[in-house]
Amino acid sequence: MPLDLVINVTIAGVLTGMVYGLMALGLSVIFGVVRVVNFAHGEMMTVAMYAAVAMFSAWGIDPFLAAIPIAAAFFAFGYLMQAGLINPFITRPEHSQFILMVAVATIMVNGMLMAFGPDARNVQISYQLDSWEIGKILLDKPRVYAAAMALATSAALFSFFKFTLTGKAIRACADNHLGARVVGLDVKHLYALTFGLGSACVAVAGCMMILFLDVTPSIGPGYTLLAFIIVIVGGLGSLTGALLGGVLIGLSEALAGLLIQPSAKSMFGFALLILVLLFRPQGLMGKKP
Amino acid sequence: MNRRDFNKAVVATTAAAGAASAFSPLNVLAQSQKLKVGVLLPRSGFQGLIGQSCQKGADLAPGVIKQLLGVDIELMNADTETNVDTARTRAERLIQEGANVLVGPFDSGAASAIAQVAEQRGVPFVINIAAAPPITEQGYKFVFRNFPTAIDLTRNGLSLIGDLFRATNVAPRTAVFMHVNDTFGQAMFRGISATLPHLTNLPFKIVDTISYDPAAKDLTVEVSKAKAANADFLLLVCRLNDAIILRREMVKQRWFPMGVVSPGSPGMYEEQFSKALGPIANYCISNAPWYNPKTHMTKVVKAAFEKQNPKEKFVFHGTNVVYTYESILIAADAFKRAKSTDPKALADAIRQTNIVDRTVLGGPLKFNAKGQVEGNLSACTQNLNGEPRVILPVEAAEAKAVFPAPDYKKA
Repeated sequence: MPLDLVINVTIAGVLTGMVYGLMALGLSVIFGVVRVVNFAHGEMMTVAMYAAVAMFSAWGIDPFLAAIPIAAAFFAFGYLMQAGLINPFITRPEHSQFILMVAVATIMVNGMLMAFGPDARNVQISYQLDSWEIGKILLDKPRVYAAAMALATSAALFSFFKFTLTGKAIRACADNHLGARVVGLDVKHLYALTFGLGSACVAVAGCMMILFLDVTPSIGPGYTLLAFIIVIVGGLGSLTGALLGGVLIGLSEALAGLLIQPSAKSMFGFALLILVLLFRPQGLMGKKP
Repeated sequence: MNRRDFNKAVVATTAAAGAASAFSPLNVLAQSQKLKVGVLLPRSGFQGLIGQSCQKGADLAPGVIKQLLGVDIELMNADTETNVDTARTRAERLIQEGANVLVGPFDSGAASAIAQVAEQRGVPFVINIAAAPPITEQGYKFVFRNFPTAIDLTRNGLSLIGDLFRATNVAPRTAVFMHVNDTFGQAMFRGISATLPHLTNLPFKIVDTISYDPAAKDLTVEVSKAKAANADFLLLVCRLNDAIILRREMVKQRWFPMGVVSPGSPGMYEEQFSKALGPIANYCISNAPWYNPKTHMTKVVKAAFEKQNPKEKFVFHGTNVVYTYESILIAADAFKRAKSTDPKALADAIRQTNIVDRTVLGGPLKFNAKGQVEGNLSACTQNLNGEPRVILPVEAAEAKAVFPAPDYKKA
């Protein structure tokens, strides 16, 4: 097998994995703090993709620029959803939370079907088909840009949690819910902020995904599942784990497709998941309960 | 008689009358004023666009058939959601709701599932588009298919590829074969594997075969592998969304073989393919079952289509529309001859079908003993200036073939 083929596929796998990681980051942040599993995650990303398509169609705004207002809108949406809808469910059994989020996902899918129909949509940006050629190595421009954006967003999120007072307060809520309340933190507000941040992350991921993926209302559940696999492999609640899990899944799919059978490549993500559950149930970067 | 006795008498009389009418032959005649056709199509999911395209053929059928045969048709539409299990349950439901005949479903997997339901429930099922050979190899009595099997498709398609090479004086030596891994794609793979070795007039051999998931969101790896095969052209069995992703990925990876040629699959002649890809959709070639633009019936159907869909171009929907229309026509024609909605009578009448004035390329519409139509032909179409144009057979050609594609670079 030619070496350049292996290198090209590996690079594509890593770049795609980084965007997967960004998508899963939102899920991991929300679960890590609020302890609610967002079963509408993929659908939220799909809405963000449609928002990017709409902004491009209406005003010709590049999805990279569109990511800023869309992320802001998603932050507000996430904040309001957590404050108004999810907070009352925090203390309820997990199956109630599950049904709630599935209901939100179903409404989103059907809303998108009503608004946009089942047609596949995309943005036709000028550099969509461009690539850099370095010897025999090809670097897909949109994928490189998307991976860079994923890294920048992740770095911003890490910095927020590490260096800001609000970020530290959110981490305190995640570490000890009761303790946070005892010292007077506004836990509900912090939860809503966290859900808003997770939603903003998934919005940015959606804006990046639309650069190399057509959107239809039905793609959401597949990405919800993928995000779950990634965060379980990386470690539920771990931000670095989500990124690492994304890269591992992207890479394993790419290499399995190359070395074994392309049509079976998604199977290897699940195989990785089973291995992690067997030998490191808390995930690669997760903490033991 | 007091009120209670009176009520009992009314109930008993009504029940007796209901039972009598239910079992009376007059009931069949009364119902026979209208044929209820259950239309099963994937109007959502990843085949949603093609399902909706087929639906346009179903929607125009009642009006055209009423004028043609004087038969009233009531459509009962159901969305299979591109899901085999959903197709099965929707078929069950349509039968429960009184469908006299089922048509659809543009998918071999769904067709197999619906065929089982139709056979168990004894309701005729006329397949519009589905190519997997086993569907009509099961000895079913109520299942009929007005579409070539994968073997016929590949034989027609490969034969047209030979004609294409002769028409353009080009003789590619190698091909890389990529195909979707669903029921249809696997059937086409088996058909090509079985047929190609016997077609000694074709100058090329397949150097690599790559199967992929039709619902795949990313085909980077698949295209990388195909490019590495260094073949002269790409032989492709695809669906719509994957064809778009694949073509885009080919350009990104700067892979420009002599051409992309489908031996008999949807995807590249669809409107969405040209819409989504713009100029890079051009020069892709599809050898697909096609409509005959020159027949009277095609002109009637085309006029009805344009009336119902003034903003749509018939050329992008032609195959889906005429095949779906003909599946309903078959049912209506049988209903007219059988003069009954009795399922067995309808099935017997469908078996005797002989429709000469057709919309589809091929000879008279007749079924063999297995319920399989014979003699439906393919056309070789090429996307030129954003629309598929017939380039072969010569007698139906609308444009001249361009092969190799102009952006061809030796891989």
